[in-house]
Amino acid sequence: MKKFFSRFYVALILLFMYAPILVLITFSFNESKGRSWTGFSFKWYGELLRDDAIIGALGNTLMIAVIAAVVSTILGTVAAIGIHNMRRPYKTIVKNVNNLPLINPEIVMGISLMILFSFCRIHPGFVTIIIAHITFCIPSVILSVMPKLTQINNSIYEAALDLGCNDFQAFYKVILPEIMPGIISGFLMAFTYSIDDFVISYFTAGPDSQTLPLVIYTITRKPMTPKLNALSTIIFVIVLFALVISNVLSGKDVEKQKKIKKNV
Amino acid sequence: MNNKKFKILAVPYIVWMLIFTIIPLALILVFAFTDRNAEGFRFTFDNIQFAARYLPVLIKSVYFATVATIICLVVAYPLAYIMSKMRLNHQRTMVMLVMLPMWMNFLLRTYAWMSILETNSGFLNRFLSIFNIGPVHIMYTQAAVILGMVYNYIPYMILPLYTIMIKIDNRLIEAAQDLGCNTYSVFRKVIIPLSFPGITSGITMTFVPAVSTFVISQLLGGPKNNLIGDLIESHFVSGGEYNPYYGSAISLLLMVVVFICIGIFNQFDNEEMEETLK
Amino acid sequence: MENNVIVSLKDIVVKYDGEQVLKNISLDIHDKEFITLLGPSGCGKTTTLRIIGGFVTPDSGEVFFDGKKINDIPPYKRQVNTVFQKYALFPHLNVYENIAFGLRLKKVPEKEINTRVLEMLELVNLSSFGRRNVDYLSGGQQQRVAIARALINHPRMLLLDEPLGALDLQLRKEMQIELKKIQQALKITFIYVTHDQEEALTMSDRVVVMNGGIINQIGTPQDIYNEPVNAFVAKFIGESNIIHGIMHADYDVEFASKRFKCLDKGFNKMELVDVVIRPEDITVCAPTDETINGTVETVTFKGVHYEIIVDSFGFKWKIHSTKSAKQGDFIGMNFTPDDIHIMKKSDSSPKFNMISGEATVNE
Repeated sequence: MKKFFSRFYVALILLFMYAPILVLITFSFNESKGRSWTGFSFKWYGELLRDDAIIGALGNTLMIAVIAAVVSTILGTVAAIGIHNMRRPYKTIVKNVNNLPLINPEIVMGISLMILFSFCRIHPGFVTIIIAHITFCIPSVILSVMPKLTQINNSIYEAALDLGCNDFQAFYKVILPEIMPGIISGFLMAFTYSIDDFVISYFTAGPDSQTLPLVIYTITRKPMTPKLNALSTIIFVIVLFALVISNVLSGKDVEKQKKIKKNV
Repeated sequence: MNNKKFKILAVPYIVWMLIFTIIPLALILVFAFTDRNAEGFRFTFDNIQFAARYLPVLIKSVYFATVATIICLVVAYPLAYIMSKMRLNHQRTMVMLVMLPMWMNFLLRTYAWMSILETNSGFLNRFLSIFNIGPVHIMYTQAAVILGMVYNYIPYMILPLYTIMIKIDNRLIEAAQDLGCNTYSVFRKVIIPLSFPGITSGITMTFVPAVSTFVISQLLGGPKNNLIGDLIESHFVSGGEYNPYYGSAISLLLMVVVFICIGIFNQFDNEEMEETLK
Repeated sequence: MENNVIVSLKDIVVKYDGEQVLKNISLDIHDKEFITLLGPSGCGKTTTLRIIGGFVTPDSGEVFFDGKKINDIPPYKRQVNTVFQKYALFPHLNVYENIAFGLRLKKVPEKEINTRVLEMLELVNLSSFGRRNVDYLSGGQQQRVAIARALINHPRMLLLDEPLGALDLQLRKEMQIELKKIQQALKITFIYVTHDQEEALTMSDRVVVMNGGIINQIGTPQDIYNEPVNAFVAKFIGESNIIHGIMHADYDVEFASKRFKCLDKGFNKMELVDVVIRPEDITVCAPTDETINGTVETVTFKGVHYEIIVDSFGFKWKIHSTKSAKQGDFIGMNFTPDDIHIMKKSDSSPKFNMISGEATVNE
């Protein structure tokens, strides 16, 4: 009885979460523009691919995300090591400032950067949006690398020095492999945040640097078009695919660890 | 790796944060208290006074966000608990299912609800008309905005709650039962107090974006349900009533409200905590 | 010791994922006794304890408490409290509130709670620690809080799941004595789970030796040590030499190609048996035709005694002696009929026959 109730509850919430998406997906294959089903068709997918604004924005989005993720991962990882080695009061202050972009409303961050850029007379464009993305990506990179650094047993670094590594070698050969999982997840987080961001991009992008979320916003302001259904479906499939793969990979990881534990 | 000379590595980042986080926020503060005329900048309280006229909008935003956050918490808490008690591979699948919509852009999720809720041709009313009910007018109401907020932000409530609940040692629950707790008091005396950190971060992660949103309210609420975010936006977008001074003043107000609310949640937490101690 | 049964397990079977963890266990526990469930990890001792605590429901079989069947009674309605492995103290409550937890649930008046908690704090020597955060206590102190938290509810029976496992040797010895004292002072039943045979022998009125989901032997520490029923028990409790033997007749056994007198009877003629001789029961003597003889391989000083390993036709004998021997010496080994323990062959004996002198079975 208890089990039935909890299953029912889970099903209900999943229905709430997925029903709208399923409606979108279904009607992306509808032949007509209206809300009633008139026949199956790939028509809207074709139109989507012919839409230069969307295709161009997709390119911009990916380019900005790659640059922002790479720069923020490098800057964030280096910074995490630095912060890890700072002394108490300063360390706490920096950590708190690092949390600021995460707690502060996005819109405030967006307009504050907008004010900065216009104050310095920098025209909105690729440079401004990339700077903005790096700024909100770094904190999450730091947050995913820092715990890995604290987990490291301090003596492995000293052991590396003892065995003849210099500082750089010790970092490269011993520390880096240890914190790699944190760096990778930090990179992925930065990448997805950048792709997904709308609010901050809205205030910092120029006319030549429109990203996909910005174009989607423009479309939602106009009368509805099934093109957006088609786009949603494609994005849904890509996200689903990515999640399933990462899930399978991490599942294998868990099993591997289980086996290791058993053998010990 | 403890080597004090490595702390120099934090310098580039600190400089970056100074220029692109601290200074911009300082600029908001400066703009909120200055005015510009022919003679240049001057200090003024006018902007704040102007912003104060929008206090009702601010209160409305806080109200909407609070309702949405409470609904999220009430709905997500049991779900997170059920998830934490599932078998491991089921847990992984559930986490994935919760995250999946989160990774789709929130504009698309909001757009989905637009096509469902529309009064004339929306799917909901088409569905209800089969049973000769309706049409119901949800689109462009407060309910639609709150629904949009709940839908968009509920994963941000579920995940922190779930993360904290799987960390609760099952032995603690057994110990509580052993000492005389029934199912209800296990929740009240052990699970809820121990999941407070998850509740706080869930509330923060839901409330902050909800109170400052400007898209959900525009798309689902229409012009009648403008929130504080919409107000700020309109002062920064050319074509609107472009005025970064007023805009900064309103943003400052929003920031203050957000930080006060976060402070209150944390305070509330501590009190609850002490309450259960007794 | 009074012999009225307080808890009775009848034909208990528990399965996890199709695997039988407990295979038909029956056990009577007497009121006010200190009973220990002893065995290697995975032997089912913790599962047995959890059945009594109410955290595991047996797949078949019956659990009786005071003669009433309690299979389906939830833990919070049982007159039993548990000291958990690694203590399971509530991290959100301080020492005082952890101990008061059970009383608050019963809505005991504040005044009484206060006196009883202070009483308990005194009992476990933590009087000044009430306001302390449990995370800042040492292992031994956490242990005491866990005990106090359980005992304050006046349980009829206290279940202890490897409670001293995380403590260092010195502290463990102190706590063993303290626990025994508490049990005697409160006059309630203690069921104690451990894999440490020394702990079991020191503290218990009775010991239940378990292996592979079955009970091998139940008895007083002396019984178990002196008269192990099979090779497993002999190996697990103390150190021993276990060797193949043949019973020629009652009181007449052959092993190591020699005939010996013994005190055991009731075996079939020419039945294969396991012979156990404790290392401390063997004395070193000059080799004769009647004794088992061999070459001293190693001599190790162990503090109280020397451990001498003697090789006799490939079998390594272990001797504990206060006198040393010289490596390479050819010596004889002497023991009395009383020192020879004959046991029926059991499932676990073949693998023990393969190993010889190495006798300590420790996880």
